[in-house]
Amino acid sequence: MTQTLNLPPHVQETDLAGLLKQMWQIRYFEEKVDEFFAKGMIHGTTHLAVGQEASAVGSIAVLEDRDKITSTHRGHGHCIAKGAEVNRMMAELFGRTTGYCKGKGGSMHIADVEQGNLGANGIVGGGFSIAAGAALTSQMRKEGYVVLCFFGDGASNEGSFHEAVNLASIWKLPVVFICENNQYGMSGPAKEMMNVEDVAQRAEAYGIPGKVVDGNDVFDVMNGVGQAVERARNGEGPSIVEAKTYRWKGHSKSDAKKYRTREEEQEWRAKDPIARLRDVLIQEGLLTEEEADQIKADAKKEIEESVEFAKDSPMPTLDDLMEDIYA
Amino acid sequence: MRELTYLEAVREALSQEMRQNDDVFILGEDIGVYGGAFGVTRGMIEEFGPERIRNTPISEAAISGTAVGAALTGMRPILELQFSDFITIAMDNMVNQAAKIRYMYGGKGKVPMVLRTPAGSGTGAAAQHSQSLEAWMAHVPGLKVVQPSTAYDAKGLLKAAIDDDNPVIFYEHKLCYKTKSEVPEEQYSIPLGKADIKREGTDVTIVATAIMVHKALEAAAELEKEGISVEIIDPRTLVPLDTETIIQSVKKTSRLIVVHEAVKRGGFGGEIASTIAESEAFDYLDAPIKRLGGKAVPIPYNPELEKAAVPQVGDIVSAAKEILNRQ
Repeated sequence: MTQTLNLPPHVQETDLAGLLKQMWQIRYFEEKVDEFFAKGMIHGTTHLAVGQEASAVGSIAVLEDRDKITSTHRGHGHCIAKGAEVNRMMAELFGRTTGYCKGKGGSMHIADVEQGNLGANGIVGGGFSIAAGAALTSQMRKEGYVVLCFFGDGASNEGSFHEAVNLASIWKLPVVFICENNQYGMSGPAKEMMNVEDVAQRAEAYGIPGKVVDGNDVFDVMNGVGQAVERARNGEGPSIVEAKTYRWKGHSKSDAKKYRTREEEQEWRAKDPIARLRDVLIQEGLLTEEEADQIKADAKKEIEESVEFAKDSPMPTLDDLMEDIYA
Repeated sequence: MRELTYLEAVREALSQEMRQNDDVFILGEDIGVYGGAFGVTRGMIEEFGPERIRNTPISEAAISGTAVGAALTGMRPILELQFSDFITIAMDNMVNQAAKIRYMYGGKGKVPMVLRTPAGSGTGAAAQHSQSLEAWMAHVPGLKVVQPSTAYDAKGLLKAAIDDDNPVIFYEHKLCYKTKSEVPEEQYSIPLGKADIKREGTDVTIVATAIMVHKALEAAAELEKEGISVEIIDPRTLVPLDTETIIQSVKKTSRLIVVHEAVKRGGFGGEIASTIAESEAFDYLDAPIKRLGGKAVPIPYNPELEKAAVPQVGDIVSAAKEILNRQ
């Protein structure tokens, strides 16, 4: 067998079939949400990360349970990878009381603080310093956990990025900033919005490591993030890892995608991170075709069940409106 | 009982809270060896060390968000901003993050942080270092807003603010720093949402905040010489607001003047006036409610213009006479 799985030692025991399943769960969750928005069954807006599954799953795969994440407005994948129940996620999108936020947060605010998901964020760049603050708690209380801060290429042009990365670097905070560079900040192509090739290059300005990984290759993501997490856990401070990837869908539901070509989309679809992982696992003899198909079918079934759970869940009453404002 | 200045009372509250709870720490610009822009934290780094008296880069966006993240993960950070004007740079974290996290997350998670900041004019610091922006913060559901006027109140309210499980904005008027009052050495707490009757009277109620409490007291002493008896209510906290104490006072005196330094237009005085207009006290009013607030002008540098921009003792005296038809 050829050695194509270049995994760092501490992730050798990773449940690789489990990674594949999570990626399918994310794909099916997103597609189901897309379908329901189109049918008008879910209101508001949503930001899908179809095509970006490897960066969420690969990054979180190298974490320990006690570690924490902050997420973005395109955060369903991060939630699922951090272990969120898809039932409660779907219920949240349906605005039901069984949702993670009792139907008050919706797509952009799913959080599970107790499980270390400090929340998705509707503000681009809103998570940088929150992640730094959570990492500060870890450092001051010697709790030993690491925080992963997900952000997009567009967010790296926000002032909050530069302030937080600088702060994290001078205090050597145990945080890893993970840029999911999906090539566009809404309609703005990354290459027109910054004058450097890679977001990771910006790390140099703050005296910390910056590394580019193939965001469609879950193992490359695991390697890059794994090294950064280890460094953070050893008290050596933050890093930036940039996962180059692509969102197959538009920015949000109203996006006609006029700013990019069909050819470009096809080119990236050919790099589907899920197909890629499946092929490698089968090629390496770690999974049979039948097992892979079963994983896919199981994931699909779970998402379909989550829809039933959501539909059957109760709506909040108007008495709930004024609850939860203050602790 | 011994007397302390307002500034010393704030420092004593901070020190006492930090001695009894390791989760409490302070972060801010120049708060370490320098002792803070106004000297509030002077000497504290010697007792508590640089971990807990945490000097930060000039990065209001980052340090406010870091406080949010630390609070969300179990610490009780106190953020010092050098001038309340700089809240504009921290606004995203206070308004979009700190204030909303609990609600957005369906009652999960809490953000027990205090943002302390010197506010107000009278020091010749001109338009970007002299504002009173408390009405902005009071407008935002999820924040609490405190404005102590005396050393005694500052100590007790700061303890309550630190003990509170919500984000609290704690305004320290710069001209109050040198004022003195009797302050017990032991810890005590003044509940948020409890107004104080600074002076009892029967002819007119003056609701005043921060430095205007002192000006109103001076005005009341002058008016007393002419036989006018003034009752002065200091709400001490705008959110929560003790409407009951104000209503009872207006029912007693039948006349209300509200006076604050912040710009009158859109100011909190309008809120207090409307509260009375909507309450049973309206029927007791013998004259229209009067609001005194800052002129709608950026605070100018020239000392005479600066004084003219905000209410002075003479203005309060005139307003009281006018409302009593005793010009």
